[in-house]
Amino acid sequence: MLVIHCPYCQADRPELEFANAGEAHIVRPDNMAEMTDAEFEKMFFVRQNPKGVNLERWRHIHGCGRFFNAIRHTVSDKFLKVYKAGESRPSDAEIAELMK
Amino acid sequence: MRNFNALNLAREALRGHKGWGQQWRNPEPKKSYDVIIVGAGGHGLGTAYYLAKEHGVKNIAVLEKGWLGGGNTGRNTTIIRSNYLYDESAGLYNHALNLWENLSQELNYNVMFSQRGVMMLAHNVHDVQSAQRHIHANRLNGVDNEWLTPQQAKDYCPPLNISKSSRYPVMGAALQRRGGVARHDAVAWGYARQASAMGVDIIQNCEVTGINRATSGEVTGVETTKGPIGAKQVGIVAAGHTSVLMEMAGVQMPLESYPLQALVSEPVKPVFPCVAMSNAVHAYISQSDKGELVIGAGTDSYLSYSQTGSMHILQHTLDAIIELYPMFNRMKMLRTWGGIVDVTPDRSPILAKTPVKGLYVNCGWGTGGFKATPGSANVFAHTIAKDEPHSINAGFTLERFRNGRLIDEAAAAAVAH
Repeated sequence: MLVIHCPYCQADRPELEFANAGEAHIVRPDNMAEMTDAEFEKMFFVRQNPKGVNLERWRHIHGCGRFFNAIRHTVSDKFLKVYKAGESRPSDAEIAELMK
Repeated sequence: MRNFNALNLAREALRGHKGWGQQWRNPEPKKSYDVIIVGAGGHGLGTAYYLAKEHGVKNIAVLEKGWLGGGNTGRNTTIIRSNYLYDESAGLYNHALNLWENLSQELNYNVMFSQRGVMMLAHNVHDVQSAQRHIHANRLNGVDNEWLTPQQAKDYCPPLNISKSSRYPVMGAALQRRGGVARHDAVAWGYARQASAMGVDIIQNCEVTGINRATSGEVTGVETTKGPIGAKQVGIVAAGHTSVLMEMAGVQMPLESYPLQALVSEPVKPVFPCVAMSNAVHAYISQSDKGELVIGAGTDSYLSYSQTGSMHILQHTLDAIIELYPMFNRMKMLRTWGGIVDVTPDRSPILAKTPVKGLYVNCGWGTGGFKATPGSANVFAHTIAKDEPHSINAGFTLERFRNGRLIDEAAAAAVAH
């Protein structure tokens, strides 16, 4: 079981308190009716599914209930960073720094 | 390769079984092939076998980064059934079931296919309605499936607890009598042996690190840890690592890879006569010929390539197993393991051409690909050989996520399967 740090509660909690909510930083467009089929497919179905660093959403569903983002390595399952929803995506340089 | 038959068995029995020889060759890669299959699991080896046997393709290699059959083919719970809701799925999985029934004969290799019946339990009104809808849909598609009352389910599977006081009482079950189990390793070995005998090069410990393409876009071969190998056509059959491989050709996939776990108990005398599954409480169980209870657990909720899962997933499954089969509450569990499964948004596989000329993909089997092995391999070989899908896999395209023609078994069963 993973131990996950909630950036709102500022506490380490077992994975059972959280729900994974998929890939992070996928913006739900406000003009969905105007999207092409290819754009909709990319937004709705296509996923990066990386073997390596993954940016993903979690929700502290049995805690504060809030969504936040995390950077996690999908081979070691180790969390490199958690940050609040709405904060911008860390740059590739920052992620490379976290990997060290 | 020597055939397994009564005469050869008798001859070998007299000389200490020293004359059987290697079951498949272990060649070094040639400079180029007509077709390269990436991934030597059951689906990949089967594809090579049917390409050679049914389509006369002579020059084939199967590349495997680890050892043959060491991925999900050797990690699954070996359940075989075809009772899927939608027409496309019924066609594909029943094609597989038809091939399973003669597979040991065809491969001259005992895959220990045992049609002991697959029983899917219903625990609430919604389960009952859903199961009966499946039964009707299946029968219209020529797939056997029948409804059992709780007592009939108990008669078919005596360890089952049908007490009304259990946490999730059994309200009935759907039984597919043609379903069952097979020996998973033997499927990979049987296909490998026959494919190798027909000249297919199975190259283990050879990881694909890149996909080479001409300036006009079509595939020209692959980069591997044993150097570049040319190919006119490349088929990706890599389960959990499909996204990684397709990325090498610049194709992003509608896939997510999750760890899926299974476990076996200590071996005991025969106690469990069939396969029983419960989607609602998430418990799959059967008994292997060695006597171990083979139990399938769920996937973790997050992406991972770690080939291990969380303990609480196993515990959740065992809670359900003990409630349904109280006689197992003191059984010791012997081993647990995980595999990485690639899951599509609609929980149906992709068996198709790709936007890249000469590149084909067979993926997205999620948590239930073993049952389809012969059917999947058979129609994927057709897809590669003819450069167009077989009528059976025509619906399982990559484009369905763009044009909306999903085969939504996820909604049909409410679980991945």
